[in-house]
Amino acid sequence: MEIYLLLFFILILSIFLGLELISKIPSTLHTPLMSGANAISGITLVGALTLDTGSNLQSVLAFFAILFASINVFGGYLVTNRMLKMFKKK
Amino acid sequence: MSVDLNFLQQIGYVFSAMLFIYGLKMLGKEDTAVKGNVISALGMLLALLVTFGNILNPVLIFSAILTGGVIGSIFAIKVKMTSIPEMVALFNGFGGLSSFFLAWSEFNTYASVSVILFVTCLTVFIGGVTFSGSLIAYFKLSEIFKGSSKTLNTISRWLLIVFLGYLAIAMLQVISSSFGFFVFDFEIIKIVFLGLLVISLLSGLAFVLPIGGGDMPVVISLLNSLSGIAAAMAGILLSNTALIVAGCLVGASGLILTLIMAKSMNRTLFNIFFVGFSDTGVSGGEVEGEVKPISAEDTFLILEAASSILVVPGYGMAVAQAQHVVKELGDLLEENNAEISYGIHPVAGRMPGHMNVLLAEANVSYDNLFEPKDLNPRMETVDVVLVIGANDVVNPSATEQPGSPIYGMPIIEVHKAKTVVVLKRSMSSGFAGVQNPLFFKENTRMLFGDAKESISKLVAEFKE
Repeated sequence: MEIYLLLFFILILSIFLGLELISKIPSTLHTPLMSGANAISGITLVGALTLDTGSNLQSVLAFFAILFASINVFGGYLVTNRMLKMFKKK
Repeated sequence: MSVDLNFLQQIGYVFSAMLFIYGLKMLGKEDTAVKGNVISALGMLLALLVTFGNILNPVLIFSAILTGGVIGSIFAIKVKMTSIPEMVALFNGFGGLSSFFLAWSEFNTYASVSVILFVTCLTVFIGGVTFSGSLIAYFKLSEIFKGSSKTLNTISRWLLIVFLGYLAIAMLQVISSSFGFFVFDFEIIKIVFLGLLVISLLSGLAFVLPIGGGDMPVVISLLNSLSGIAAAMAGILLSNTALIVAGCLVGASGLILTLIMAKSMNRTLFNIFFVGFSDTGVSGGEVEGEVKPISAEDTFLILEAASSILVVPGYGMAVAQAQHVVKELGDLLEENNAEISYGIHPVAGRMPGHMNVLLAEANVSYDNLFEPKDLNPRMETVDVVLVIGANDVVNPSATEQPGSPIYGMPIIEVHKAKTVVVLKRSMSSGFAGVQNPLFFKENTRMLFGDAKESISKLVAEFKE
C-alpha cells in the first residue's frame, strides 16, 4: 500500500512540474509541442514491454499494446522533428 | 503485480525522466525546440534500453516494435503538412489504445479483488476514451466523416449520460470490493470489467461526435492531455516511475494548451463540451449594410497602392492549400515596398498552431507572424487586410454585440483597418453559425471564390 502512496506523490509532483515547465509557450510552437508531447505519451511502450504473455489473449494484448505505442513513439518523434526543421529554415 | 525492478533500471528511469523534463523545456523555446525533441527522444531510448533487461518474450516484443516503428515512420515521413492535425489526433489515439490494452492485460493477471483494480479501471476508461475520441477527431479532421446532425448529437449526449451512469455504478462496485466493503465474487467483477471496456470506447465516441470543427483545437489538446494521464495511470498500475513522470508531463502540457485554446475563444471547458454553440440560442441579430463584391483585378489595384498589408489566414486557407501562393503574393507585395504581416489567431484552423505550421511550410518567416494582442492596437494604420478563409476569429460581433454567442471572444479587429478584403467561397456563416457583420461593413469588399484560385489571379496580375 505504501508504494502506491509514494507513486501518487510522484504523480502529483510531476503534474505541477509539467504545468510550470510549459506555462509560457509561444503560439508558433503549439503544434510541435503537442506533437512532441504526444510522442512522449508513447512511454506506455516501456510498460507494455513487461506485460505477461502467458496465454494467447495475453500475447495478443501485449502485442497490440507494444505495436500501437511504437507507432506513437516513432511517428510522433519523427513528425515533430520534420515540423521543427521546417520552422528553422527561412 | 509487476516484478521488482532492479536498481540499474530505476537509475535509468531517473535519467530518462531528467531528459524528458529538459527536452520538454527546450521544446517550448523557438531556438532550442529541435534539440529539445531529440533530447526527449533520447530519454525514451534510455527508458526502453534499461527495460529490455526485463523482458519475457523477445520475439513477440521485437516483432511488435519493428512493425509499429515501420508503420509510424512511414506515416511521419509521408504525411503532408496540411494533414498534420489528423495525424497528431491519430497518433494520440494510438497512445491511448496502448494504455487501454496494457490495463486490460494487467487485469487478466489478477486472481482476486485488490485496491489497484480501481486504477486499472481508470486506465482502461481514460485510454479507451482517448482512443475512440481521437479516432472520431481524426475522421472529422480528414473530412471522411462530418457528424453534425442534430439527432445524432442528441443521441450521443444521452448515450454519454447512460454510459457515465453505468461507469459510476461499476466503479462503485469495484472500489467497494477493493476495500472489502461488499465483496463481490471475482467472476462478477470480471463481467463488469468487460462491460467497462466497451463503455469506455463508446464514451469516447459520444464525447467527441457532437463537437464542431471549430472547437477541434480544444478537443485535440484535451485528448492529448488525456493520453498522458492514461500513461501516468498505467505507470501507477505497473509501479513504473518512468510512465508516471512522462505521462504527467504530457498531461500537464495538454492541459495548458487546452486552457489557452478555451481562453482564446472566451469559453469555459464545460461550455465547449456540454453546451455547444447551437444551444446558446441567440443568432446574432439583424445585420445592416450590404455585401460589396470585388473582382481580382480591383483587389490587385488596392493592394498595389497599399503600403501596409495584413494577412489573416483561417481554416479556409488550409482547405484550399493556399499557403504557398499566399507566400508568393507576400513576396511580390514586399518587392512592391509594402510592409506585410500575418495575423495568427490561436484558434484559427483545426489545431493549436495550425496556421503557423502551414505558413512555416511555405517558408514564411515567423518574425512576420503576430498575435491579436500585438495587432489590434495598430490596426488603424493598416491599409489593407486580406482575410483568407477566416471567419469567426475576425467577427466584430465578439466586441460589438453583447447578445452574440461569441461575444467576449478575443478577435483580430480587422474591421478597424482602412480596407478589408475577405476571400471566401460563399456567404455561408462560420462553424459557429453566427452571421458575420464584417462582411457588411462599409470598408469591406468580398472576393468570392476558392482562396487558392483568387490569390493565384492576384499573383498573375502582379507579374504582368
